[in-house]
Amino acid sequence: MNEQQVVEVKNVSFKYEKEWAVEQVDFSIDKGQFLGLVGPNGSGKTTLVNLILGLIKPNKGSIQLFNQPLKHFKDWREIGYVSQTSNSFNSGFPASVLEVVRSGLVSRLGMFRFLKREHTQKALEALKIVEMEEFAKSNIGELSGGQQQRVLIARSLVSAPSLLILDEPTVGIDEKHVTAFYELLARLNKNHGITLLMITHDIATITEHATHLVFMNRTIRFHGTPEEYNQYNGNEPNPIYGHMQQQLNHMEVMS
Amino acid sequence: MLEGFLKYEFLQNAAVTGILIGLVAPLLGVFIVVRRLSLIADALSHITLTGIAASLLLEKKVTGINDWNPVFMGMTFSVLGAVLIERLRSVYKNYEELAIPIILSGGIGLGVVFISLADGFNTDLFSYLFGSVAAVSRSNMWTVLIITFTVILLVFLFYKELFVLSFDEENARVSGVKGHWIHFLFILLVALVIASSMQVVGILLVSALMTLPVASALRIAKSFKQTIGLSVLFGEISVLIGLFSAYHLSIPPGGTIVMTAVLILILTMAYKKINTLFLIKVGV
Ligand SMILES: Nc1ncnc2c1ncn2[C@@H]1O[C@H](COP(=O)(O)OP(=O)(O)OP(=O)(O)O)[C@@H](O)[C@H]1O
Ligand SMILES: [Mg+2]
Repeated sequence: MNEQQVVEVKNVSFKYEKEWAVEQVDFSIDKGQFLGLVGPNGSGKTTLVNLILGLIKPNKGSIQLFNQPLKHFKDWREIGYVSQTSNSFNSGFPASVLEVVRSGLVSRLGMFRFLKREHTQKALEALKIVEMEEFAKSNIGELSGGQQQRVLIARSLVSAPSLLILDEPTVGIDEKHVTAFYELLARLNKNHGITLLMITHDIATITEHATHLVFMNRTIRFHGTPEEYNQYNGNEPNPIYGHMQQQLNHMEVMS
Repeated sequence: MLEGFLKYEFLQNAAVTGILIGLVAPLLGVFIVVRRLSLIADALSHITLTGIAASLLLEKKVTGINDWNPVFMGMTFSVLGAVLIERLRSVYKNYEELAIPIILSGGIGLGVVFISLADGFNTDLFSYLFGSVAAVSRSNMWTVLIITFTVILLVFLFYKELFVLSFDEENARVSGVKGHWIHFLFILLVALVIASSMQVVGILLVSALMTLPVASALRIAKSFKQTIGLSVLFGEISVLIGLFSAYHLSIPPGGTIVMTAVLILILTMAYKKINTLFLIKVGV
């Protein structure tokens, strides 16, 4: 057992119907890592994250969170999650931005404890981080897609989780706020020791910020540090996604 | 109505019960509407009718149960219907909404059989269908009072869980909220509130009292708490005006309550229209 391990995925396979969406995936995330998970569309990234969160159950293999088997894991307040589509929420819902962000504290509070004024303060701070505090009183349904996404990021931050899982969180967010967002993630990771797992298609940016990278296409194709990746890649940074795909195909031929 | 209120016990019963359901029906209605479960309210109200019919039949055919309270039988059926809907929803995973027509039509079918066997197409039945200012007994009023307290207490205790469940089910699960359990509790409360409301608004119009005030509130509310507050306000206005006019016109209150709710809905829609027109004019 490794005290440092926040997530451990052991030989996990999963299929929705016939085809394996995730096959024999085996990796772990240590405390303090910032892991970027990359792969083409349909490569099983979201599926893997859903497995880690216990939203679906693996057909084979096992998963541990904070050294506890997923089945017995209860401490959900340690985990913050932003899902891929901001439409996962009920878009006609008549809630204010502040109410939505405050709802991120539900896991931290547990049952029979109530949201108080100090929690509103926390929610406002989280909104400030994503520069949405001026919209605190607006109706969530009346915001743009990117603004909604920033609110949902604030919701995942408000409970001060020690593991933050983000599935393409920057989709639909403008460039200025993407940069700010990456800076924020780096800060959370370095200064607060928050472990990060982030899915993205933006290889260039994630290579700059992450401490570790995993490339997957149903199975894991690469797991290492950005330096190792760049070396592997002939010291060329890899800004173009198509190029990455060639790389993956190349690896497929080799394996 | 006021001097009548002081003089007649039945009016007190109807008014107090009306005020209570004007509060809890829209309160639960908010969660029903935002979770797109409006049809469940309809299914449960119809299964309540089956319970009433079963009670009428038993009263007729079995000697010795004359002071059977049909409302309790209605509640029992409503709660059983809720359990059944949840079972069916897990059986038909990909066609969850199928549970509703199954229960709804099954309930009415059985109800019609019971009513016919009991020769029960009479004024009693009429007052269950469309509500009545005279049908609420003192003991039923107390039952509704207890149910009201239970509902308010539980909604208060589980407010934040109900909120996340309604807003983002996936996130609720990741937050460790015991969704199934809370959902089940919620559906049971809905069943009880429907059976309570039936005495005043009538089976056919119960779901309207749960959804119309919410539909109006949704037009203007800026937050979830506001939605709840406005829904309850509109619910109370509808019940009070509805009961008052029903008493004076000597007609079932179900119709007048729901028509008041519809009027409020029209007014809120007009309010929004005028408001946006005005904002466009001043160039905001
Ligand atoms: N709910 C589902 N039911 C059936 N098949 C699914 C479901 N969700 C995903 N799949 C399939 O599983 C595979 C992996 O999908 P997944 O969503 O994990 O990919 P992804 O790597 O997240 O892709 P993207 O980059 O587009 O988000 C795909 O082939 C997809 O068709
Ligand atoms: Mg995905």
